[in-house]
Amino acid sequence: MTDLPYWTEEHHQIREMVRDFAENEIRPIAREHDLESKFPWQTVKRMGELGLMGATWSDELGGAGLDYISYLIIIEELAKVDVSHAITVSAHTTLGTSPIVNFGTEAQKQKYVPLLATGQVLGGFGLTEAQAGSDAGGTATFAEEKSDHFVLNGSKVFITHAGVGEIFCVTARTDPHPAKRTDGITSFIVCKDTVDLDRAREVGIGHAEDLEKTRGVKAGKKEDKMGWRASDTRELILEDAIVPKEDMLGEQGRGFANFLQTLDSGRIGVGALSLGLAEGALNESLAYTSERRQFGKPVAAFQGVHFQLADMATEIEAARHLVYHAGWLKQNGKPHKKEAAMAKLFASELCMRTTIKAVQLHGGYGYTTEYPVERMMRDAKVCEIGEGTSEIQRIVIARQLLGDLVQL
Amino acid sequence: MKIAVCIKRVPDTETRIKIGADGKSIVEDGVKFVLNPYDEYAIEEALQLKEKSGDGEVVAIAMGSAASQETIRGALAMGADRGILLQTDAVSVNPVTVAKVLAAELDGAGYDLILFGKYAVDDSSQAVGTIVSELLSLPSVSAIGHLELADGKGTAEREIEGGVEVVEFSLPAVVTADKGLNEPRYPALRGIMMAKKKPLEVKPVELGDGGMTVIQLALPPERPEGRIVGEGPDAVPALIEALRTEAKVL
Repeated sequence: MTDLPYWTEEHHQIREMVRDFAENEIRPIAREHDLESKFPWQTVKRMGELGLMGATWSDELGGAGLDYISYLIIIEELAKVDVSHAITVSAHTTLGTSPIVNFGTEAQKQKYVPLLATGQVLGGFGLTEAQAGSDAGGTATFAEEKSDHFVLNGSKVFITHAGVGEIFCVTARTDPHPAKRTDGITSFIVCKDTVDLDRAREVGIGHAEDLEKTRGVKAGKKEDKMGWRASDTRELILEDAIVPKEDMLGEQGRGFANFLQTLDSGRIGVGALSLGLAEGALNESLAYTSERRQFGKPVAAFQGVHFQLADMATEIEAARHLVYHAGWLKQNGKPHKKEAAMAKLFASELCMRTTIKAVQLHGGYGYTTEYPVERMMRDAKVCEIGEGTSEIQRIVIARQLLGDLVQL
Repeated sequence: MKIAVCIKRVPDTETRIKIGADGKSIVEDGVKFVLNPYDEYAIEEALQLKEKSGDGEVVAIAMGSAASQETIRGALAMGADRGILLQTDAVSVNPVTVAKVLAAELDGAGYDLILFGKYAVDDSSQAVGTIVSELLSLPSVSAIGHLELADGKGTAEREIEGGVEVVEFSLPAVVTADKGLNEPRYPALRGIMMAKKKPLEVKPVELGDGGMTVIQLALPPERPEGRIVGEGPDAVPALIEALRTEAKVL
């Protein structure tokens, strides 16, 4: 393994552990869960026990107290074997938990974070709506303020863990007529029961009996997706949901600024996930082309194959530096908006290219489910879409470049 | 209950080994080193015994170069309480010299049980654990697949040709762990963090050559590619012929 200045011996130990776990425990079940679009409760439980569901949170909040680079390593290693597991950890950590850690009151942190950090329940983030995706300022979910509570109405779409999860950070408009359309949006914490109650009780994870659930919050229809099929994606419906004021997250009207910050760090995570996926596809291609014989020698002995493998590896090396550099900037409290967007943009488009090449290198077998590269190719596409499309990343980067030069 | 686990840093079994220019050593550059896989069973057993008894201490002991500290920290991350590195750059091929160094450390330290992996996957001598027990005049059971301890006594099961042998012994004792003894745990993130703070004592040691030296290392001959002699019952005579005349196994 190439060494980078960002990595310590401890990082290598973490990488080894997650790699062993992914190879031994996840690889054998990845295909079945993809095929049946089934949430992997059993391995999620094991990931919780190993501390993977709350790696970066403090000991007092039930986390393992690791740094952000460690988190990226975990995501990368899981994604090498199965992206659904990687996105489960990523969405749970960055989207589901980090807003509470970053913007929550002490009481909110104590109440919700230990449940999430230990993986006892799954968390999610409700931002996207039917008419508000890339344009998050178009949020139509409304929160009507009453004496001691808000009444939320609206619907969030494509929400990771909307079904299996229990704790969610959602955004809603608290000011119907703001000066700017990105003003007047506020974040709230809402809770509901997992849709897999029986399974959760059987496995012993995924449900907190004592956690008070918000009336009027429920999961919608499960999405039947091209990839990330073992990850749970659904609509999250808010129907006259009564949210007490103490469950407002962060300041009223600051929701937009807060989720932009959440998304910045989410992007580096998706960058690490995309990097891992590309590496997984390269590893599969190296193994297959060394084994598969045509014209009396291994396919990997042909120069045309060398060129493909060399290009894949070179781009992966570049992505690795982008991702870990952005992670290092974030870890050290330095501005990283541009670098996070670059890491996500480059790594996600790279994993699409790499997985397509991997299928091609596998020939006919690559198109069958006998080898994991067809799944990897399906899993790659949404990396260019989720947590900010490639187009949005380019806009973010361009805005950072142009700054005050041009009125945008 | 005080338990010692003797562990070793070995090249990963999936690593492609290259022999050095001297023809007597392996090239370590680019080789991935891991905790000897059989030692993982030994550590896991020690941790389970400690957890079952509710108290006690598990000490991970390795002999080798400074790099073995990493291997010991792996054991600490799994849950061992402290580590001891008997540090030397010398590589001994004589299990007796290695066993003497380990026995000197273990002697009089009050261990109730000393665990080893059944062998190290690098030189596969399968001897050090048993020699240590001889040097310390302790009973030993090698390659165990099951272990029970009660009232100062141990019962171990070991697989033998066509059956299982059950052995009873008194404590303290030396046992070596076989695959299947348990399912070694993954070190949790918290364990990896805590391992940094656990004591790891480094003691320089001297090794004698023990009267054995390596003359030459050689890679096994490459296996020729397989050949399909035919399909179905019609191919049987050709197969038998090939097994007789070419492979000479019939």
